[in-house]
Amino acid sequence: MDDLKQKYIGQIADAADEAALEDIRLAAVGKKGEVALKMRELGKMTPEERQVAGPALNALKDEINSALAAKKAALGDAALDERLRSEWLDVTLPTRTRRQGSIHPVSQVTEELTAIFAEMGFSVAEGPRIDTDWYNFDALNIPGHHPARAEMDTFYMHRAEGDNRPPHVLRTHTSPVQIRTMEKEGAPLRIICPGGVYRADYDQTHTPMFHQVEGLAIDKDTSMANLKWVLEEFFAAFFEIDGIKTRFRASHFPFTEPSAEVDIQCSWVDGQLRIGEGDGWMEVLGSGMVHPRVLAAGGIDPDVWQGFAFGMGIDRIAMLKYGMPDLRAFFDSDLRWLRHYGFAGLDQPNLHGGLSR
Amino acid sequence: MKFTLSWLKDHLDTSASLDEITYALTDLGLEVEGVEDRGARLRDFTIGFVKSAEKHPDADRLRVCQVETDEGVKQIICGAPNAREGITVVVAKPGVYVPGIDTTIGVGKIRGIESFGMMASEREMELSDEHDGIIELSSGEVGQSFVDWLAAHDPAKVDPVIEIAITPNRPDALGVRGIARDLAARGLGTLKTRDVEATPGAFACPISVSIEADTLDQCPVFYGRVIRGVKNGASPAWLQDRLRAIGLRPISFLVDVTNFFTYDRNRPLHVFDADKVAGNALRVHRAKGGETMVALDDKEYTFGEGMTLISDANGVESIGGVMGGAASGCTEETVNVFIEAAYFDTVRTAYTGRALKINSDARYRFERGIDPEWTPYGIEHATAMILEHAGGEASEVIVAGQIPDTSRAYKLDAARVQSLVGMDIPEAEQRQTLTSLGFRLEGNMAHVPSWRPDVQGEADLVEEVARIASLTKLEGRPLPRLSDGVPRPILSAMQRRESTARRTCAALGYNECLTYSFIDQPSAALFGGGEDATMLENPISSDMSHMRPSLLPGLLQAAARNQARGQSDVALFEVGPAFNGGEPGEQFNQVAGLIVGRTGPKDVHGASRPVDVFDVKADAEAVLAAIGAPAKVQIMRNAPEWWHPGRHGVICLGPKKVLGIFGEVHPRVLAAMDVKGPAMAFTLWPGEVPLPRKSGATRPALQSSDLQAVERDFAFVVAADVDALTLVNAAMGADKALIADVRVFDEFIGGSLGEGKKSLAITVRLQPVEATLKDAEIEAVGAKVIEKVTKATGGALRA
Repeated sequence: MDDLKQKYIGQIADAADEAALEDIRLAAVGKKGEVALKMRELGKMTPEERQVAGPALNALKDEINSALAAKKAALGDAALDERLRSEWLDVTLPTRTRRQGSIHPVSQVTEELTAIFAEMGFSVAEGPRIDTDWYNFDALNIPGHHPARAEMDTFYMHRAEGDNRPPHVLRTHTSPVQIRTMEKEGAPLRIICPGGVYRADYDQTHTPMFHQVEGLAIDKDTSMANLKWVLEEFFAAFFEIDGIKTRFRASHFPFTEPSAEVDIQCSWVDGQLRIGEGDGWMEVLGSGMVHPRVLAAGGIDPDVWQGFAFGMGIDRIAMLKYGMPDLRAFFDSDLRWLRHYGFAGLDQPNLHGGLSR
Repeated sequence: MKFTLSWLKDHLDTSASLDEITYALTDLGLEVEGVEDRGARLRDFTIGFVKSAEKHPDADRLRVCQVETDEGVKQIICGAPNAREGITVVVAKPGVYVPGIDTTIGVGKIRGIESFGMMASEREMELSDEHDGIIELSSGEVGQSFVDWLAAHDPAKVDPVIEIAITPNRPDALGVRGIARDLAARGLGTLKTRDVEATPGAFACPISVSIEADTLDQCPVFYGRVIRGVKNGASPAWLQDRLRAIGLRPISFLVDVTNFFTYDRNRPLHVFDADKVAGNALRVHRAKGGETMVALDDKEYTFGEGMTLISDANGVESIGGVMGGAASGCTEETVNVFIEAAYFDTVRTAYTGRALKINSDARYRFERGIDPEWTPYGIEHATAMILEHAGGEASEVIVAGQIPDTSRAYKLDAARVQSLVGMDIPEAEQRQTLTSLGFRLEGNMAHVPSWRPDVQGEADLVEEVARIASLTKLEGRPLPRLSDGVPRPILSAMQRRESTARRTCAALGYNECLTYSFIDQPSAALFGGGEDATMLENPISSDMSHMRPSLLPGLLQAAARNQARGQSDVALFEVGPAFNGGEPGEQFNQVAGLIVGRTGPKDVHGASRPVDVFDVKADAEAVLAAIGAPAKVQIMRNAPEWWHPGRHGVICLGPKKVLGIFGEVHPRVLAAMDVKGPAMAFTLWPGEVPLPRKSGATRPALQSSDLQAVERDFAFVVAADVDALTLVNAAMGADKALIADVRVFDEFIGGSLGEGKKSLAITVRLQPVEATLKDAEIEAVGAKVIEKVTKATGGALRA
């Protein structure tokens, strides 16, 4: 038996390919193979002989089978290795191109600020871009002769001959949405109104269309101190700078009283603006306590309710945060600009994952 | 509004520094836009004394001077003709920057002799144009700072100029006194009394003034008087310095007086040459329309009906509150002057100024509101100044009309102030603030001073108190949450839908644009817009004249710009409003995508190909799916004329419910818009996609079968114009329970099939639910598919 074992193990080790291996298998452990023939002889043996020879033969068979299996795997591996050696690819070649889309900074920043204000309980209100002069001006305590009307560089819509209504305007701010929402929802109220606005002006820092976000909070005891807290929280979250300082300066807007312009802390280092450090100030928004006449125009009783409003440029805070120099480029759709300053489609800003990219 | 520090100090007794003053101004709401501190750059110039001056051995015009300075005696070579022994001079030592010649002084040799500095002329220090010689001072200690000497002897030369922005509500701050009053209220000094005695009239005023009855609301009051025998000419130096410092050109004394009070007291005045007033009578009246006058700016104006005019027997002599006329204006030769101090209505003045396009200091102030009560004082102040400097004799003052009554009072509610502002300001301090601003308190009623037309209610009192108390000191206070716990979502379904559409487009490889809402008329017209209702009355250019009827023209223009920059493969999208009219609400939100060029640059895999209709179809379907549109839609072919007539699809839920359109943009449109095509696009109307009916988040249970699905292929020959979707829908309908999916996998047109025919091959997937399918069952379904398709399409199974 040892001879048999030695013979076949040796043959298996020497087998050159799978066909040779199969021949060996048939010769050794096939139905008519040598081991099978030996097995047949078991019947002729005495029980004692059989007790010794039977297990030995089975063991031999197992041993040859596993040697065959091992050799087969080894041959397969060798063949695969051989094939793979010829399958070399220059993987430094470029891939099939896939277009990379982007989100415009104004959309991204609008979602950033929506996430922040939502956390403070503000919902998002919207309104028409073309509005009546009543909603855009009169309701906001800007009567026809008010110098602020002339200063707003308003776009007016054409009026057909015989239509003697005052011309509609392209909203010069998002404030008319305040009035419309007050009319619709009453008090208490907590909204932001982001969106496009229009003024007839065009130079490096002015485009005839830009974006504003308006905030409005009305309740029974909402104060300017609450306004300051909301804005400080907003700037800290938006610019991701804890303890960023703001400065409130008295100012004047027809629709708020008292009114304040708000500056944020900044410095200029080597011609580069740094927000939230140094002792310079950068004006970023106008705000104040909603004028009683504006509340009344929105159908809210100013003797019962009070609140604050603020408005800031979305494009402007986007420029400050992400270092974009020229407002005009926002609306030029230059692919190079869109790709450079844009955001990935799946980068949806949220508070738990962070707002900046 | 510009003024100088010393001008301010005429009205304000203060020891505050320039920095303290400018900080307070900005904080008070009088935002400082700039400070020109003319002394600052002369800080290093010191006073010296020329001990000796000898001729330079090698130059006739140069002198070698020994000059005593704070650092001892220095040798300075000087070429000025007046450089001589014994004069007190201004020295710039080495290292000092000299602004007039833009040079920093160094030690140098001039013709072989060393020079340790320079003696300066006025021009070299930019104090004046004087350059005939170096400055000779009448006094001054050696080593003293020249700026200090100037401040003591000629302060106007180093008087800092402050420029502030004035919000429209603060006409009182258009006079230096109003600014001083704010600062005094803040506690930065006390307001000085600046009254003059009224000058008694020595004779009756030879010129009469009348205001037409219908003009009294435009010009309620007019004060006037003649001063005869004046000597007009150049103003005294202090007055010229003041006016120049704030950027005004001194003209003649009489005119300068009016400019002075315009800025000093927000009290515009006008001076007529009394000898040129024809008929010795001035009449204030409304323009009939069509009158003309040459104004002081030498331009001729034609007046519209209702404008406030002042006329004499010759015609119009002045535009009330806006600008005087050239004919009756004062000149150097004027000896008899008529002073006008009147009150002109704000609204009318604004209208007239805007219509005539005149931006004068007078208009600027009258349209914001001057102090009507100060009218009689104004004329007395001007009289006193004219008599003092130009001599003459004043007539009695004549008055037409009446000073308008502006008296009013509002309740000061101290608690309301605290509640609105959120600052703890004691009532006594609130009352003190208002008093120092000129309000008169009677109990809790605050009477408004006549110079504050902006104060029109209780809220304005709050503003005054808060402003003076300083909003900088305001401490933030948390805004309480609306409800405890986790904030609830705040976006509406439509807002979420827009955000999803936007991010899906970006994920599909489109770059988001924001294009202007207004476009040129021809482009608007190409997309069904451009009608007058959507036209702007005052566009900034003809490229931006009409509200866009669709987002596509803006994207096409953007694509053309990018092509011009060498970017040929473009994928752009926009989400935003388009307009179908000029009324509020005649707008709808659109999602539009545009691809032009190839799917990418040519590549080693040969995968780059021109974009086609099925690219935009896939993208439109993906966006619609993302915003919740139903999977089963109809495709129609009735899109508007800016789409390729044969290569577009209208995605709809029935003929009236259009969710979107995809396709190739019409080549004529591309040509008109200079886009190198072909261009594929989609426009979607997210507002048209029905909102889901379900209320909860639970989904229906998953129906899945473990039984083996079976697929069978069929090919049909149909007419070439049969829609594949018709065929697929017919096959789907063959057995709604068993057929899970039908897919077109091949299209073959013409060839052996013959003209006008095509073959469509489909795979039908059968998903048994209860038991494995037997051959006979499969056969039966197959026969049903063939029957349905044949019936629906008029085609036949391909042999």
